[in-house]
Amino acid sequence: MALKIVKGSIDRMFDKNLQDLVRGIRNHKEDEAKYISTCIDEIKQELKQDNIAVKANAVCKLTYLQMLGYDVSWAAFNIVEVMSSSKFTYKRIGYLAASQCFHEGTDVIMLTTNQIRKDLSSPHQYDTGVALTGLSCFVTPDLARDLANDIMTLMSHTKPYIRKKAVLIMYKVFLKYPESLRPAFPRLKEKLEDPDPGVQSAAVNVICELARRNPKNYLSLAPLFFKLMTSSTNNWVLIKIIKLFGALTPLEPRLGKKLIEPLTNLIHSTSAMSLLYECVNTVIAVLISLSSGMPNHSASIQLCVQKLRILIEDSDQNLKYLGLLAMSKILKTHPKSVQSHKDLILQCLDDKDESIRLRALDLLYGMVSKKNLMEIVKKLMLHVDKAEGTTYRDELLTKIIDICSQSNYQYITNFEWYISILVELTRLEGTRHGHLIASQMLDVAIRVKAIRGFAVAQMATLLDNAHLLTGNTQRNGICEVLYAAAWICGEFSEHLEDPMQTLEAMLRPKVATLPGHIQAVYVQNAAKLFATVLRKHEGETDSHAAQETSQLLIDRLPLFVQSANLEVQERASCILQLVKYIQKLQQKKVEVAEEVTALFAGELNPVAPKAQKKVPVPEGLDLDAWINKPPSESESEDEKPKAVFAKEEPKHSRSRHTEVDEKELARRREARKREQANNPFYIKASPSSQKVYDAPGVEHIPVVQIDLSVPLKVPGMPMSDQYLKLEEERRQKEKAERKKEKKKKREKRGKERKADSGPESEEDIAPAHQVDIVTEEMPENALPSDDDDKDPNDPHKALDIDLDKYPTVHWFPVQKSSKHKKKKQKKEKEEKEKKKKKRHHHHHHHSNAGGEDSVQNGTVEEEEPLPPMSNYFLLAENSYIKMVYDIQGNHQDESKVVVSVIFENKSDSFLKSMEFNVLDSLNSKLQRPEGAGAHDSLTVPFQLPPGISNEAHFVFSVQSIVMPQKLKGTLTFIVKSDESSTHEKLDFKLHFTCTSYLITTPCYLYDAYAKLLESGDLKGSSLRLEGINMPFHHLLARICFHHHFSVVERIDSCASMYSRSIQGHHVCLLVKTSDQTVSIDAKCDEPSLLGNVLDEIKQTFSKC
Amino acid sequence: MQFMLLFSRQGKLRLQKWYVPLSDKEKKKITRELVQTVLARKPKMCSFLEWRDLKIVYKRYASLYFCCAIEDQDNELITLEIIHRYVELLDKYFGSVCELDIIFNFEKAYFILDEFLLGGEAQETSKKNVLKAIEQADLLQEVSTEVYYHHCKATAIGVHHRVFGLSL
Repeated sequence: MALKIVKGSIDRMFDKNLQDLVRGIRNHKEDEAKYISTCIDEIKQELKQDNIAVKANAVCKLTYLQMLGYDVSWAAFNIVEVMSSSKFTYKRIGYLAASQCFHEGTDVIMLTTNQIRKDLSSPHQYDTGVALTGLSCFVTPDLARDLANDIMTLMSHTKPYIRKKAVLIMYKVFLKYPESLRPAFPRLKEKLEDPDPGVQSAAVNVICELARRNPKNYLSLAPLFFKLMTSSTNNWVLIKIIKLFGALTPLEPRLGKKLIEPLTNLIHSTSAMSLLYECVNTVIAVLISLSSGMPNHSASIQLCVQKLRILIEDSDQNLKYLGLLAMSKILKTHPKSVQSHKDLILQCLDDKDESIRLRALDLLYGMVSKKNLMEIVKKLMLHVDKAEGTTYRDELLTKIIDICSQSNYQYITNFEWYISILVELTRLEGTRHGHLIASQMLDVAIRVKAIRGFAVAQMATLLDNAHLLTGNTQRNGICEVLYAAAWICGEFSEHLEDPMQTLEAMLRPKVATLPGHIQAVYVQNAAKLFATVLRKHEGETDSHAAQETSQLLIDRLPLFVQSANLEVQERASCILQLVKYIQKLQQKKVEVAEEVTALFAGELNPVAPKAQKKVPVPEGLDLDAWINKPPSESESEDEKPKAVFAKEEPKHSRSRHTEVDEKELARRREARKREQANNPFYIKASPSSQKVYDAPGVEHIPVVQIDLSVPLKVPGMPMSDQYLKLEEERRQKEKAERKKEKKKKREKRGKERKADSGPESEEDIAPAHQVDIVTEEMPENALPSDDDDKDPNDPHKALDIDLDKYPTVHWFPVQKSSKHKKKKQKKEKEEKEKKKKKRHHHHHHHSNAGGEDSVQNGTVEEEEPLPPMSNYFLLAENSYIKMVYDIQGNHQDESKVVVSVIFENKSDSFLKSMEFNVLDSLNSKLQRPEGAGAHDSLTVPFQLPPGISNEAHFVFSVQSIVMPQKLKGTLTFIVKSDESSTHEKLDFKLHFTCTSYLITTPCYLYDAYAKLLESGDLKGSSLRLEGINMPFHHLLARICFHHHFSVVERIDSCASMYSRSIQGHHVCLLVKTSDQTVSIDAKCDEPSLLGNVLDEIKQTFSKC
Repeated sequence: MQFMLLFSRQGKLRLQKWYVPLSDKEKKKITRELVQTVLARKPKMCSFLEWRDLKIVYKRYASLYFCCAIEDQDNELITLEIIHRYVELLDKYFGSVCELDIIFNFEKAYFILDEFLLGGEAQETSKKNVLKAIEQADLLQEVSTEVYYHHCKATAIGVHHRVFGLSL
């Protein structure tokens, strides 16, 4: 009853709450989508109401639906509304929804900046908490830039609850806005020694994450972390620190030596597996980095391997898996230590967990040697037989091939054995890796010359028993090996014992059921075999056999001529005609064998896989340039829709295209269809392979079905096992012989030493027969390897900042407003932004003042609010348009300045085709796009509707910056109103002041500033201004703002200021004021620049 | 940690938390792929798998799978510990938690997770502190919703048996 009352009261408030929604969805399992769409309609209604509780409820439901995969991006604005609620209950839901639904592309995020800032500075810690949590999920570069300061302040909040969140979120801020790292880092470092363990652990977390990506910048923190490691008892923190050291040691080997002891102590003492595992991993990393310099750490390696063995032997699958994983890391540098645990690893191959078996396989790959390869592969072959499930079996197959073929077949001593292994692998049914086996067969047969005879014999048997491979399933991947078999038999047919039999096998009717590309190889290689047979029988008195062969081909090839596969058809008809011609010659008793063989003369050499890439591009060759003019599309017969063309074609050809109208296209299309229908050779779309057999003329060909249910143990085929035995015997024998030889030698030498020869070493095993592995060909003058795998988009790259260097930029620069923002508000925004910039100045100076007491900044004191200021000066104006402009130097380039021009449409008409041009001087030039002439104008990249303004940037290159300069220019544009459009133009003069070459460069160290002044490199000059009645800090702010200076130090009514030109000139001012008189003493290493700057300052103040 | 997913044995997503910015489409694709992969694994298999260039750590508690994606150098065992810690927190908060608690109070499950992890890193290793923060935040909530919340829990839990044993 009570429940009903409660529910009733809530129902009045909410139509349906989250729990009802969830229950509803569970009750509508059949028509879930329909039910949810009605729910979404309800939610839309709820969102329209003013009641925030109803809205919050709706948003909560949407968050749930979002998880189920429904699009709720349309409600983003409502989410922001709920976030802004003053009640914590709703705010919490709003932020949760935002963190689940917002991403970088969500445009309303722009609107949240101020709300988040307000919440961050809320007196209630939980408001701040939810804001931080939410922000961590949806922070964008813009938010990061705007809020970096606020979050940095929170890092020193009184409550540890806020501090730890603020510290953690800083990492996300760094990723989005790398410029914030440098100013925030000192405080972050401070937090490593925070009294609260939670905050401390958060700081460790963040610095570890940073250091893992760019370790070299954090080496200086190593002593501090070392202290933390030896004192901390918190496993979470310890794991992070140990991981950090793992990243640092490769850069500082001395650190590694120091670490080994505490780490081994931890390995011995800890009971936490996670910590133990981390320690082992780091010790391995340390030892890998030390291995070059200090080989004597076998004790530590032994300890690690021992501990890992314990993990692998554990019954817990997870530990077993990780043990094997870590073992494979040791394997790379200390293979000997791991190889002694071969038994354990082979044992893991029997594990019931597939992922563990796969790990063990990975390890085996690195453990093989010449000595144990055959044995290991034999074990694996047994597993192949047992393996259930094709994925694992396929994995085994690829691993066997990997193991055998690694580093250029380094470990294979007997290639006959390897070929028979490959042949045995073809017995696998339903494997996807037929092509892998095939390519191995080809590779070995081509590159190991000595094995060709054997390989050809094996392949001939395979071809003869092809029906066993193709089996019953049509899509059997293993038939790929027939491709290799046919090619090897054809190419190296001189090794065949009975080429006639193989030829017969290759022309069986059943071959026509194989995939097209394999048939093509069959046909081509049948021709090669034919040539071999002809040569064999040439010179015999009885030419019967040779003629019989020709007849065989003439009988069988027509089947392939009818093939649906173009290549098979083409090759078959070519060869058929050739054979017919040869038959004619044969009947005339002409000797043809030599000429036929000449068709296939010459050896094919293997080419290295990367050879093509390494061919250097010859000088003067542009691979991207057109060889002929690109075909004009009006000649194109393609059936592409018109719209596609209109988009893709460059402008100039568009006019031509419009000549071909829709009707014409339709007519042509119709004509083409008719033509195709009448054309017997036109193959219509997607012919099914089945059709081939239905076609008349194929039916009568007898298809012999050979169905043998015996496995592919072909009589006479050697099994790999036999090789294993033979090999062992051979090695025994060799060993014995070698002993004998040694004995002989020793006897000769006169029994100097009497040591028994130790166990046979790697090098002692001689290959069974001399193998000449043909190396792969590379082009002459191949380029050196250029495999740079580094991802240029890695966000961590931007965080590679040397933090020990003294910062040159000390605050967060505010970027110019981006262009995609609404044009209407553009100008206002511009103004606001300027003000914001000002505020940022204040803030930063303020927050830095604590750290550096010597800096007393004039603009800190907020005595009176500053009047609004703008740096934009009028450029030109007429009744249609007004242009204002500002010039800024470029930090990166000492010869470039950027002119920002705001165009404002004052008329009632549309302004378009605006072209901006400037008459260059010797000193200053407008940067035009490549290929444009020196007098060409630049198109302004936008049009202006009535009353709208927008900003464009133009880059100028300048040579000398010591003199101000004026450039004449013209803006031309078209005024378009309803009735008419007129061409208009407006002349202007662009004034490059010397001030515009100065860049605001803060100089925080007064000492450095004083040194600069004392150095004597600077020339002095001075200026007196009378009748200035404005507060001193306004005066300073004006100089800062209009002339790009920054205050170094201010004492009462005296201030020193600094700026730097884009070409590196230092400009120092000492500004004093008393009774409406301002005196400025200035120093600069370029007197004429200084004189001009002072003149400009004078002008600024004469205006007010 | 890159993200955390909770899903049922039937493959229904119960909770998702992404610590890397991805588009909705990509998230859906990843979720679908991972749920399939994890559910296809046999019960006796280990809790780790390599997936794309990430490592997946998952653990099943009763009918729910907890699944985290971590980077190559991250520690799998500590991630398992994080999962377990989260389950313990849910258990303490809801009192013998079951899947239905998380379904019906999914926002609470998120709040707890957010107090425990931030930006993919553990922010509070003390269980007590996490619960304290959640309780205090809950106190700030309006009474009416509190009453209603308890009512829902009562009905939800009353009907369904508890399935969320914490045996390890």
